[in-house]
Amino acid sequence: MLNYTIRRLTMALPTLLAISLIVFALMELAPGDPMARLPLSISPEVKAQMREALGLDAPSHVRFGKWLWQLGVVEPSVWIDNLFGTALAEGQTRMISWQTRGPVMQLIGQRLPQTLWVVGLAYLVGTMLALPIGIWSAYRQYSAFDQIATGVSIIGFAVPPFFSGVLLILLFSVHLEWLPSVYDTTLQVSGWDSFTQQLRQMALPVAVLSLQTTAQISRYMRSAMLDHLGQDYVRAARARGVSEGGMLLRHVLPNALVPVVSVIALGLPQIFAGAIVTEQIFRVNGVGHLLITSIQANDLPTVQTITVLLAALIVVSNLIADLAYGALDPRIRYD
Amino acid sequence: MTLSTTLMGMALGTLMALPLGAAERGADGEVRILYWQSPTTLNPYLSGGIKDNDAASLILEPLVRYDPTGEMIPWLVDELPTLENGGVSADQTRITWRLKDGLRWSDGTAVTSADLRFSWQYCTAEGGGCAQVAKFTDVVDVETPDARTATVVFSKPKPFPYGPFVGAQAPILQAAQFAYCLGTRAPTCTEANFAPIGTGPYRVKEFRPGDVVVYEINPEYRDPSKPNFATVTIKGGGTAEGAARAVLETGEFDYAWNLQLSPDVLLRKQARGKGKVISAFGSLVERIAVNFSDPDPNLGAARSTAAHPNPVLSDAAVRRALSMALDRRLLSEIGYGPAGRPACNLLPFAAGDTDPACLQQDLEGARALLDQAGWVDSDGDGVRDKDGTKLRLVFQTSTNAVRQDFQAVIKEWWRQIGIETELRNIDASVFFGTDPGSPDTMQRFYADVQMFAGAYDGTDPENYLASWTCGKAPTPENQWQGSNVSRWCDPAYDAMAAKMAVTGGIDARTTLAKAMNDALVENGVVLPLVDRGRVSALVHDLGGVAINAWDSELWNIADWHRIKN
Repeated sequence: MLNYTIRRLTMALPTLLAISLIVFALMELAPGDPMARLPLSISPEVKAQMREALGLDAPSHVRFGKWLWQLGVVEPSVWIDNLFGTALAEGQTRMISWQTRGPVMQLIGQRLPQTLWVVGLAYLVGTMLALPIGIWSAYRQYSAFDQIATGVSIIGFAVPPFFSGVLLILLFSVHLEWLPSVYDTTLQVSGWDSFTQQLRQMALPVAVLSLQTTAQISRYMRSAMLDHLGQDYVRAARARGVSEGGMLLRHVLPNALVPVVSVIALGLPQIFAGAIVTEQIFRVNGVGHLLITSIQANDLPTVQTITVLLAALIVVSNLIADLAYGALDPRIRYD
Repeated sequence: MTLSTTLMGMALGTLMALPLGAAERGADGEVRILYWQSPTTLNPYLSGGIKDNDAASLILEPLVRYDPTGEMIPWLVDELPTLENGGVSADQTRITWRLKDGLRWSDGTAVTSADLRFSWQYCTAEGGGCAQVAKFTDVVDVETPDARTATVVFSKPKPFPYGPFVGAQAPILQAAQFAYCLGTRAPTCTEANFAPIGTGPYRVKEFRPGDVVVYEINPEYRDPSKPNFATVTIKGGGTAEGAARAVLETGEFDYAWNLQLSPDVLLRKQARGKGKVISAFGSLVERIAVNFSDPDPNLGAARSTAAHPNPVLSDAAVRRALSMALDRRLLSEIGYGPAGRPACNLLPFAAGDTDPACLQQDLEGARALLDQAGWVDSDGDGVRDKDGTKLRLVFQTSTNAVRQDFQAVIKEWWRQIGIETELRNIDASVFFGTDPGSPDTMQRFYADVQMFAGAYDGTDPENYLASWTCGKAPTPENQWQGSNVSRWCDPAYDAMAAKMAVTGGIDARTTLAKAMNDALVENGVVLPLVDRGRVSALVHDLGGVAINAWDSELWNIADWHRIKN
């Protein structure tokens, strides 16, 4: 198992390198200019000087190399310095975002908390709802409950967040005035009041996002359960007099969970990626918002770093999913 | 004007504050402002974006600000230096500023002339990429005879010496804080750029780039009774539509900036009664620029260069007819509503003597003019032609809902006078980008006409008007860099621009500027369409707001207060 994990991690390095090269090339070839959004009253000569100050005039391979060095060496050293008080990164230029002229990692660090709170909670809520719904829908296939769950899932799949989000705002913020429509990222949870406030401001974005997660995962759960419910071992268990509940939870569920767990694990990186549309609507301003505004502003270092970090997370989640198979199903062994 | 304007401003401010008894600093709690494009840095010298300039203007201040009418008002000085009061030397190469007495930075140290000198050095340092370097053009030295006096020395006579340290784009930085941030080190000074020390009413409490800025009162602020709000929050993100909703519909925020939305959406939101829409007009004019060179792709490298005059638009009658066929009133109304005024001129102060005929659409007249000029529809296909050349135009602009509406409407008007138009729209980051390799930039202008909005900084249009001189044309030789995108070249106009550069005195400059405006408009180099204002929204109980298109929109935030019922 350990050998397998190490082998997979080693193989991930060239994959990540290739991904970062492709992202770099795409951004490089895509038309656009980080200075395009400046007012026209700033002359082209000044814009050229500003580009130069950011190092944009260097040839692309030099910039790519510099970025790799900063991501692979400088940023980890800064991190180690912060932890142990060493001075490894002294004199090194950190990776600077073109939009803010601040370190990219610091930006990501500022954005992660709200993304984890909102998107993470939505994923958790969505999954917690999806599993029982999926199990019960499969067990009582074509019952009224199943029909309603199917209907809600289809709505969850079909209605995009830019519609459901605005709909919820109109209902709960504009007409009823119960919940805020703007997320306050500076809120510190320090007591009961600020905690309720945090819950109130998370309610709408979490509802929008978890509807989608629930829709997706409950469908997977339902079909995986259905595959197993018709099998001989289920009939045998029933024949032995196992209670229905015990049969569902102890015999069918562990088998049916195998594919569902991999779906859940593969969805984990999206918690860190944030939700571009939903974050924008509720002004959660997490990683998704950072990514989209950086793309719009042609802020290449930020876009590249976020995408490569996400690629790394996806590779790791894949590995976690594979390892989870082994834990759930003793027949699967990697050595 | 200076003293009386200041006094009047002060009197107004007092009047607004008096009945409320809000003479106590910080008595009104928090004011929440929404900038849907979020501020990403608080150093205006490194950004140039309006959102960043505005967010920095609460902290950093210039010597002189512009008020909502475009008048200069002394801010950190007692008096505006002029030729008359001797502040500007007779040869117009030196301007002497005298700082107010007792000015302090938010860290408690004194503001001195050395800070002025440093701010000039900071922006002009090699490799710093200062966005406002144009403000310091021709400055050779900033002399500091004593701690309160600074003399800006120009290399040549400056009839309008109010570039350095005037307006929100060129504020004063603290020398002590930025001393180690000169030149190539400028972008790496993150701490200073994110929390500059200033003289303004507020200082940074927390700044998350691209998300939110929280300000608290600067304890050293010069007016002990101001500001009225103890904290200011500028939140970013989302869309203009969402920002309008948060002020006008839910009332969660007090002020929302730059709401370029369709007029009916704004009015519908305003009808909910929580707040109101306000607008201010500056120098931003939406216009159609005419290409005097030939954009025919068959010309290869010589495409859109002065070597090949435009076969259609070189005819003044055609340019005139294009302008006559426009209904500017309708364009302004459908596109900008409260944020627009029909425009026939490039300069706002020339609007007073507008020919009223310009505002009137005249399709009949346009047709007659084209007939006279020999453009007739000889083959009956609905498109006029002359000597085998068809009246066909390519009309390009950036991708933007209002601009595409304008394109469609204008195409139809031009069809009615026998001109066929092909429409193109290009992503804004490409169109306004200056990538010399891209064929789709507005500088290359591979089309016959193009639409965009332009404005000038501050209130003096000298540089702006000079951008239509012959030497400023973008060409392959200068990597397509240049502001005269029309490639129009008229020696008489160049002569006026040269005269402008040496003319002193506000009145003489205004007369000349009007003549230059008329030359551009009457020759059909640009067809002005709409004078575009800034539109913002505020809730009913926020007082003291004076929206300003010439300076930062938050220029007088120290006077903002809560109206109590």
